[in-house]
Amino acid sequence: MATGIKDKIVILGMGCSKFGERWDANAEDLMVEAFEEAVRDAGIEANQIEAAWFGTAIEEQHVGKSGVPLAMTLRLPYIPVTRVENYCATGTEAFRGACYAVASGAVDIALALGVEKLKDTGYGGLPQRGRGNLNNLYWPNLSAPGSFAQLAAAYRAKHGVDKGDLKRAMAHISVKSHANAAKNPKAHLRNQITEEDAIKAPVVAEPLGLYDCCGVSDGSACAIVTTPEIARSLGKKDLVGVKALQIAVSNGQEVQYDDWDGSYFATTRAAARRAYAEAGVKSPREEISLLDVHDCFSITELVTVEDLQLSPEGEAGHDVLDGFYDASGKIPCQIDGGLKCFGHPIGASGLRMLYEMYLQLTGRAGARQLGEPVLGLTHNLGGFPSQNVSSVTIVGRLGV
Amino acid sequence: MAHDVGIVSFGAYIPRLRLQRKAILAANAWFSPGLRGLARGERSMANWDEDAVTMAVEAARDCLGDIDRASVTSLALASTTHPFDDRQNTSIAAGALNLRPGVRSLDVAGSLRAGTSALATALAAAGGADDNALVLAADHRLAKAASTQEMQYGDGAAAFLIGRGQPMATLVGAHSETVDFVPQFRARDRAHDYAWEERWVRDEGYMKIVPRVLSALLKQTGTQPAAVSAFVLPCTLSRVVPSVAKTLGIPEAAVRDNLGAVCGDTGAAHPLVMLAHALEESQAGDLILVAAFDSGCDALLFQVTDAIASRAARRGVTGSLARRKEENAYQKYLAFNGLVALEHGMRAEADKGTPLSLLYRNREMITSLIGGRCRSCGTVQYPRARYCVNPKCKALDSQDAEPFSGRRATVMSYTADALTYCPDPPAYYGMIEFDGGGRMMADFTDIDDGAVDVGTPMRMVFRIKDVDAARGFVRYFWKAAPITA
Repeated sequence: MATGIKDKIVILGMGCSKFGERWDANAEDLMVEAFEEAVRDAGIEANQIEAAWFGTAIEEQHVGKSGVPLAMTLRLPYIPVTRVENYCATGTEAFRGACYAVASGAVDIALALGVEKLKDTGYGGLPQRGRGNLNNLYWPNLSAPGSFAQLAAAYRAKHGVDKGDLKRAMAHISVKSHANAAKNPKAHLRNQITEEDAIKAPVVAEPLGLYDCCGVSDGSACAIVTTPEIARSLGKKDLVGVKALQIAVSNGQEVQYDDWDGSYFATTRAAARRAYAEAGVKSPREEISLLDVHDCFSITELVTVEDLQLSPEGEAGHDVLDGFYDASGKIPCQIDGGLKCFGHPIGASGLRMLYEMYLQLTGRAGARQLGEPVLGLTHNLGGFPSQNVSSVTIVGRLGV
Repeated sequence: MAHDVGIVSFGAYIPRLRLQRKAILAANAWFSPGLRGLARGERSMANWDEDAVTMAVEAARDCLGDIDRASVTSLALASTTHPFDDRQNTSIAAGALNLRPGVRSLDVAGSLRAGTSALATALAAAGGADDNALVLAADHRLAKAASTQEMQYGDGAAAFLIGRGQPMATLVGAHSETVDFVPQFRARDRAHDYAWEERWVRDEGYMKIVPRVLSALLKQTGTQPAAVSAFVLPCTLSRVVPSVAKTLGIPEAAVRDNLGAVCGDTGAAHPLVMLAHALEESQAGDLILVAAFDSGCDALLFQVTDAIASRAARRGVTGSLARRKEENAYQKYLAFNGLVALEHGMRAEADKGTPLSLLYRNREMITSLIGGRCRSCGTVQYPRARYCVNPKCKALDSQDAEPFSGRRATVMSYTADALTYCPDPPAYYGMIEFDGGGRMMADFTDIDDGAVDVGTPMRMVFRIKDVDAARGFVRYFWKAAPITA
């Protein structure tokens, strides 16, 4: 029976570029920005990295395919570089590759770097792109907001939630993330907004308005991982260990079988169950100190906290409005601003979330520091509610 | 026995949008004040995702109802606005209708007589063979902005199943004359018709050629003109049809309304649309005379039988006309018909290509909307995949073909997407659940603002999915439309 990777891997160093509309930077510049910070933080030389995982999702917009762009940009010394793509879980997928490589004993030190340079399309929102030749023939021309907006319709119908009440809870989610990002110098959107602003914003895909949608940003984030023993030998203290790393992928049951009602993420529920088991978390609502979920849209965040067993089903709206997930609440959510305001360069997002957890767990989050958190959870969700990739990662102080 | 051959079933389809002629006038009076005299009533207007093929398919579905699709042995589609010059348009309809592969098919084109000529040909062929011939006629008529034609034209389709058995109407006789008389024409590289003076068309065409053909038919069949109960002759010129009737001795009361006020002239489809309308209001024993004038004249004389009384419920022309939505946005009509270049934005530039081999390989899934039914567990699913989707089954290669196009469905989740490219934003789409199982993420069409919610009942309709502008290829697929609409 596999024992999982709890505490077999620690984060040796992390880096994250400034996110935003980086008109000044190519993807390669963003990669260097994140990598320089990480390698300095790790206190190693770049040539000590033995293997790398490179995450990009919409590579045709910037670097192109394969691991070559990472190796060339960082001048890596003919090491294995694996390019990964798994929708919006791409960054976490890169991290998983690096962690598994170290956990297997194949290498001592591995790198995971994610990057996305989205702001060269000429228009707002994610780049319009094909879905594969056969899918193009029968899928609706769905946008990300259009597919996620459907969660709201199904959630309302299932739980009998009033349209206005749900919209207000969604608005609170975005107000909170804007307030958090105001304290984050690397965040894309640092302005404060009001619930009124969010509710009255132009509709993008009913019922999602402008402020229900996350930023589309350029950025890169990077992690260097190793074993606890090597980290200690390098003089590292207050180690942050990986407690669980789970990914669940839709198999068609949601979109083609009859047992899903459209109001939740079947994948997130599966990944969360496995992650809590791997990390030994029995009571998530009591044990998780803080979390960064994949708030591509406000409704995604609302539904996800239920899927993560943090709020009871149908009750997330009440928790949200009660401030449970605010910076001052029981489980602060999106303390760095989240996708909503830190921004969402797809391939980097999972690693960006881990970056914030790492800072918080090592007491280095500056104005955003939340006491002494013990366990941080990050979550990614890529694709569409009806068919997607979901990841749940739990990190925490080593040995706790 | 020739007298057992006739119209076994019929159906029709008029798109629900009705462009108000006042709106056409309001936009164009500055330029063409003469349109004022035509600015009454409404004309049918295809949605952006409809064309001659999709409208023909809808009419055919109305016509066929529960009739076994495998009984259809030949299919003809008549139109002057076939979407493809080279790619048989009828074959697209045959796929959408899920007809048997062994069907004979024919595109009929080139004249506003195309519909009646196809009908006459099918009736002639059915006399000698044990065939069920499905004849479709549809037109999505294009006219220049501020033209008379824009006021007079309409979009629509009709379908007739010709065969043996218990026809609702039998053919008494048919007669045609072919004359290169050109009321209007459209060369191959042109988008719009070029019409000659109406007075000439009236005096030399309708008043000379049509009466000649009709009186020959009446004489040939030994029919007293006074016995004609319904006289169908599409014509947009005022008072011409009553004059033709009078010349021949057909009672003025028999002259059928040309539906100009509520539909407009649907081109090659129109004589068939009017025939369907006449049949809907007919009684056993009625004699219906149908004629179409263009490049000569076709004339067909039908006698209604007792079977008309037990006709199965159909939407038909009457139902189609009742299912209407007033459209006052003339600009929308221009945009849907390519008469104005709107800024579609960069999202519209995405090139999805046209992989013909892929479309062929998946033609049942895409064109016929065929999914699967698992022989092991009974799960109905779309699309049909190698492994059954039921997590407790997952049987390999266990599925029989299961058509979904006739299944009703219910909205499970939806959105109105203002971001993604759609010729008629917002794009409505969502997850639908089919009655009896199976579900899919589908485009919605014919949605009025705000008139959809979780639980809304839907039916599947065959529509244009999108157009590959770079290569001129029209992609079709099925969409969900509210059943009430």
